[in-house]
Amino acid sequence: MPVSKIVDSLIIPADSVQTTSGNDSSWILHHIMDSRELDFEPFFTIHIPQFPLIFGIDLTPTKHVVFMWLSALLVLFIFTIVARKYRKSLIPSRLANFFEVLIIFVKDDIARSTIGKGYERFVPYLLTLFFFILFGNFLGLLPWSSTFTSNIGMTGTLAICTFFTVQFNGIRQNGLFGYFKGLIPPGIPVLLLPLMAIVELLGLFTKPFALAIRLFANMVAGHTVILGMIGLIFFMGTIFVAPISIIFVLFIYLLEILVALIQAYIFTILSALFIGMALHQEH
Amino acid sequence: MELAWLGAGIGAGLVVIGGGLGIGKLASSAMEAIGRQPEATDQIRTAMIIAAALIEGIAFFGLVICILLELKA
Repeated sequence: MPVSKIVDSLIIPADSVQTTSGNDSSWILHHIMDSRELDFEPFFTIHIPQFPLIFGIDLTPTKHVVFMWLSALLVLFIFTIVARKYRKSLIPSRLANFFEVLIIFVKDDIARSTIGKGYERFVPYLLTLFFFILFGNFLGLLPWSSTFTSNIGMTGTLAICTFFTVQFNGIRQNGLFGYFKGLIPPGIPVLLLPLMAIVELLGLFTKPFALAIRLFANMVAGHTVILGMIGLIFFMGTIFVAPISIIFVLFIYLLEILVALIQAYIFTILSALFIGMALHQEH
Repeated sequence: MELAWLGAGIGAGLVVIGGGLGIGKLASSAMEAIGRQPEATDQIRTAMIIAAALIEGIAFFGLVICILLELKA
């Protein structure tokens, strides 16, 4: 199966799943997948109007796109304020103090400890990644919102950004020939060389692929479990399951807060690790 | 077509067993290491999280194939 077909089947279109009552679990998918409407169910629903096709491509924003913009705007807004506070005085205010902790964490514990020498150049990219994913993950935990990080297209795009950053900087640091020569660890038998070359070349592409799948699957899995637990009440058809089910949902929800932080951290630290591996190939 | 669902279900179970064993083994070694050398806790924790993420990534490869099977059925 070609890659585009796999990606297509992971991006579930809104009209492919009909929400039916009874023993059908398609309503779980309905809450996770992308759609053309913003759902504020007991109150109102906003239908996003169809945009005209540009060169035959449908650029109509979907639910995930709207929340992605919201997250991007939030990051932009908050960090403009934080940066401006520091321009006024070096004593941080409450908001600036809070974000300074996170920024220093990304700079010292992620960038410096994994990339090593020459890490300063990558701190802006890693900070952007970290806060964009973090805001997206937390935005998805709010009622009526949707998690845009549970869209394979979005995580794939971030992974492609990391892929090009890694390759570009690796080649720039070590030279085109030196970079690809450095991929193969020194001191292996000559007979193994062709095999290792293939494995290492494949490894270049599986790393960002794993990055994309990891974030996507983690965010989808958490929401599916929460919805499944709530669905248990309706599948069993009795109200006595509700307290147990709600307690479990609460537990998973708290776990989700942890997962939201950890996944942002992992995406950033693995990006930093891959950059570091491409820069300093001698290790 | 039900067999594809069965395959997806059994596959998901096997994937979870593998991932669970891997992360369990990793966590047990990390905790032993922390117990032996509490001053290296931070480094061990970082290394543990990275390794856990890599194991989890492989497990998710399997799970995504299960999802594809399930959607195809």
